[in-house]
Amino acid sequence: MIKQPLIELQNISFQYDYTKVLSHLSLSINEGDFVALLGPNGSGKSTLLKIILGLLKPTTGTIHLFGEEATKFKKREWIGYVSQKANAFNGGFPATVKEVVASGLTKKLGLFKRKAHNQQTLIEEALQAVDMLPYLHRNIGELSGGQQQRVFIARALIAKPKMLILDEPTVGVDQENVAIFYDLMEKLNNEGMTVVLVTHDMTVVESAVTNIACLNGKIHYYGPKEGYEALTKEQISVWYSYSVEQEDMS
Amino acid sequence: MIAAILQYDFLQNAFLSGMIIGVLAPLLGVFIVVRRLSLIADALSHVTLAGIAGSLYLSQTFVGLATLNPLYLGIASAVAGSLFIEKLRGVYKHFEELAIPIIMSAGLGLSAIFISLAQGFSTDLFSYLFGSVSAVSRQDLWIVVIIAVVVIAFIYLFYKELFVSSFDAEYARASGLRTKAIHMLFMVITALVIAASMRIVGILLVSSLITLPVAAAIRLAKSFKQTIVYAIVFGETAVLVGLITAFYLNLAPGGTIVVTSIMILLIAMLVKKIATKRSV
Ligand SMILES: Nc1ncnc2c1ncn2[C@@H]1O[C@H](COP(=O)(O)OP(=O)(O)OP(=O)(O)O)[C@@H](O)[C@H]1O
Ligand SMILES: [Mg+2]
Repeated sequence: MIKQPLIELQNISFQYDYTKVLSHLSLSINEGDFVALLGPNGSGKSTLLKIILGLLKPTTGTIHLFGEEATKFKKREWIGYVSQKANAFNGGFPATVKEVVASGLTKKLGLFKRKAHNQQTLIEEALQAVDMLPYLHRNIGELSGGQQQRVFIARALIAKPKMLILDEPTVGVDQENVAIFYDLMEKLNNEGMTVVLVTHDMTVVESAVTNIACLNGKIHYYGPKEGYEALTKEQISVWYSYSVEQEDMS
Repeated sequence: MIAAILQYDFLQNAFLSGMIIGVLAPLLGVFIVVRRLSLIADALSHVTLAGIAGSLYLSQTFVGLATLNPLYLGIASAVAGSLFIEKLRGVYKHFEELAIPIIMSAGLGLSAIFISLAQGFSTDLFSYLFGSVSAVSRQDLWIVVIIAVVVIAFIYLFYKELFVSSFDAEYARASGLRTKAIHMLFMVITALVIAASMRIVGILLVSSLITLPVAAAIRLAKSFKQTIVYAIVFGETAVLVGLITAFYLNLAPGGTIVVTSIMILLIAMLVKKIATKRSV
């Protein structure tokens, strides 16, 4: 069976007001892939995820999600997202972990439907998956950064998406819980979930990840993790020292 | 007191509108506070004043408009102001709070012009500025009832969208929710609540009924739902205590309601302090 590409990026370029970030980038992620997106700080990883999610509009290029032109793609609940600055949420907000996780169902429920009939079970399952169930009634602002991160993963999981996009989900999470997190990703991936995650944590290569993408303004390597492991020091240093701005001047 | 309410229409109007507003203002206020729009609400109330002053001036100048209820123009200018604020916030993306002084001074400036153009509506105007127990008409009450129905329906139907977009706007957008449209509607609803509350608490004190009960509730509540419940209880208490005191002591209800809210807030802060000390 030929696997359907869930994300197809063609010739994507992007710049913020003054900073050029991505240049003529193409990338295709298939159903069932487990992709780690690597790259130095400022290489455009978060930007690329935001473009995929429709939070930013690329200056050129086309995006297809689940085979459909991204602007026409309506089933956003198929994509679960955990942002890089999980603590960029409204601090001091008077909400419990339970309320936050439940808010992950908003799009799936649709307008005017207030609650899922099995909402409580869904919330508990999602929190159980990240081992945060005992914190159900705690205020979100009173949790540690790593605990908050895990609650946001639960919020992404509750709608049972077909694809998960996570931006540095293991930052601030302790070693043991990083291992638990990768186990969870492996389990979800085995059940058919497509996973895309950005990370600086090189132990990801030892996890169940299938593909690695090396990003810095453009894609420098994209393929199975075995191929990534075979990259030479020189190739890696070319990737790390690449600059989009200089490329364009030459 | 009860006897007096039963006897006088104007007291019925004031107490019924007051009780509705005691629910409405803090209910919407919870969302206004967590969306960090408290100051914007304050600015909007000044735009409402321009509409009221304009309307009072028009009905004084043109005989045909003599019976025009100033609330209509007040509501219209509040709604227009809310849309204009959104426009400004879009233009000055990195200085969103610039919208506040711009709108506020526009509102006050226009009010000053209308007030000086017209002579002799100082008592009317005073009641719009600081609220009134005696000036609420049956028509005003009906306007408040209609606004209440609209606002409560809006919050009931869009509760989860409002929650998620207030808590984490980027996540809400990434989920494919139409956060811009929700926000626009929210601003219009805010304008309606401000216009409705003004008759009782007065334009200058509307934003305090929107924010003070919420400030107290946030100190004590554990969840978002609880915050809403507490805020409504505090708001309702402040309105009732405030109206009764205003009636007996012949004071402007805006003042008594706000002072009661402040006392509730102080008590809430004290309770919180004692509770945290105990748990250590
Ligand atoms: N909102 C913004 N406005 C302007 N420039 C931005 C903005 N966000 C990011 N940039 C710039 O775009 C470039 C790419 O940023 P991005 O956040 O995508 O990097 P990243 O690969 O995720 O880095 P990190 O590993 O630090 O998370 C950086 O040079 C950054 O300075
Ligand atoms: Mg990043």
